[in-house]
Amino acid sequence: MMLAGGLLLALSAGLAQAGELRGTGDLGIAVERAKGSLQWLDTTHKTVLGRIEGLGDLSHASAVFSRDARYAYVFGRDGGLTKVDLLTGKIVNRIIQSGNSIGGAISQDGRYIAAANYTPGGVKIFDAETLELVVDIPAWSEELKGLSRVVGLEDATDNRFVFSLFDAGEIWIADLSDDPKQPKLTKFKNIGREPYDALVTPDARWYIAGLFGEDGIAVLDLWQPEKGVRRALPDYGRGQEKLPVYKMPHLETWAVSGNLAFIPGVGRHEVVIVDIETWQKVGTIPVAGQPVFVMARPDGRQLWVNFAFPHYDTVQVIDVPSRQIVHTMKPGKAVLHMEFTPRGEAVWLSVRDGNRLEVYDTRSFRKLTELPADAPSGIFFTSRAHRFGL
Amino acid sequence: MHRTSQSLVVSLMLLAAAAQAAEPLPSTERQKELVRFVRQECGFCHGLKLTGGLGTPLTPDALQDKDFDGLVGTILTGRPGTAMPGWQPFITEAEARWIVRNLQKGFPQ
Repeated sequence: MMLAGGLLLALSAGLAQAGELRGTGDLGIAVERAKGSLQWLDTTHKTVLGRIEGLGDLSHASAVFSRDARYAYVFGRDGGLTKVDLLTGKIVNRIIQSGNSIGGAISQDGRYIAAANYTPGGVKIFDAETLELVVDIPAWSEELKGLSRVVGLEDATDNRFVFSLFDAGEIWIADLSDDPKQPKLTKFKNIGREPYDALVTPDARWYIAGLFGEDGIAVLDLWQPEKGVRRALPDYGRGQEKLPVYKMPHLETWAVSGNLAFIPGVGRHEVVIVDIETWQKVGTIPVAGQPVFVMARPDGRQLWVNFAFPHYDTVQVIDVPSRQIVHTMKPGKAVLHMEFTPRGEAVWLSVRDGNRLEVYDTRSFRKLTELPADAPSGIFFTSRAHRFGL
Repeated sequence: MHRTSQSLVVSLMLLAAAAQAAEPLPSTERQKELVRFVRQECGFCHGLKLTGGLGTPLTPDALQDKDFDGLVGTILTGRPGTAMPGWQPFITEAEARWIVRNLQKGFPQ
């Protein structure tokens, strides 16, 4: 493993030195959360190109990609923001931008990286080229007389970032289109208790925050923000007498297929189907556990679902048109994340306790290969570079 | 303040020693599992290094003056109104006590 990794590194370094050209469209990374390293991946050849080390505390780490799909920006729990060159497999810049961070986003034009922070609560925006601070937006709340932790930071059209204040129950829009150094802030108050995560739909029109402190979701139409935040799905959430939630679902990607969104139930073993035109719940699909991620294959035909502890050894596939589970598998303990290849012929899974990545054919569900990785969590491919809200 | 915290630490250690003498410890194998469990499962909210996130920090500093039995209770039955679930189906009381003792000492890697 070490040897093979070293050999690959040597090979790829050799490639770079020999001036061989290559694209980045099939490259990606998998986070090795305990080691503070990344596996550097090639999705065409289904290989690991090497290991990139020295990224700090990567619990709950996520990544976004530069507009040219050459660089990954990795947000670590310890406030580290690391810029990684996917052509050379090297860290080109690393800063510690806060005491405790939860993720971030890249602006529509690719020039700005925004990080959402717990400590100190707020958003910091950096130059994507140099990682120099452009602007610091403390999430100050009048009611709290203090800073709120920030979650659900997403990018949207017109070079806007949208984020939620967990402790204050607010949603803010920071508009960088006129002057990035002085973003125009629009604040929506009383949007609901404890927004814990959020997403924007693939067309960047709707910003949706999940609420932990109460049932329902908060919905903001980014085409008409002046209409304000409204509440929807009043019975979505924990409600009464549901199961304990051993891991909050992620809203990073709602599977959207046509006008339907498929979202993980909270405290229930189901996927909830929502009509985006009306924001009404139109159905549920019973599944094997509490969903963490419900991910749509890029064409929207299939949903792949993974689950919270103790059902996290299982993955299920739902066929969207029939709403039936068409495949159930048990890749191993602690399947934490799934990522589709750019056009979805294959999906990569991280099996944390099995210390491996697994790649499956999405048509036949055949396992194509396994690759060793140390307690892998998030998998991120460069195809995210050109999509909103990832 | 410093002296108080020192004597607190000493009395905690004495308490812990007394408790350890009085109750069975999880097996070495199970202790390994528990360490992994806390770092990984609890780490989703509290951080792999237990420095906190949406969950509170679980470092010795943060837990120093918290009530021992209260912390054990939190692990077993959760905290209503927060995201902390009860882990009773998966963790025994003796195991929860072992976890809290170790969190207060500085949790093993």
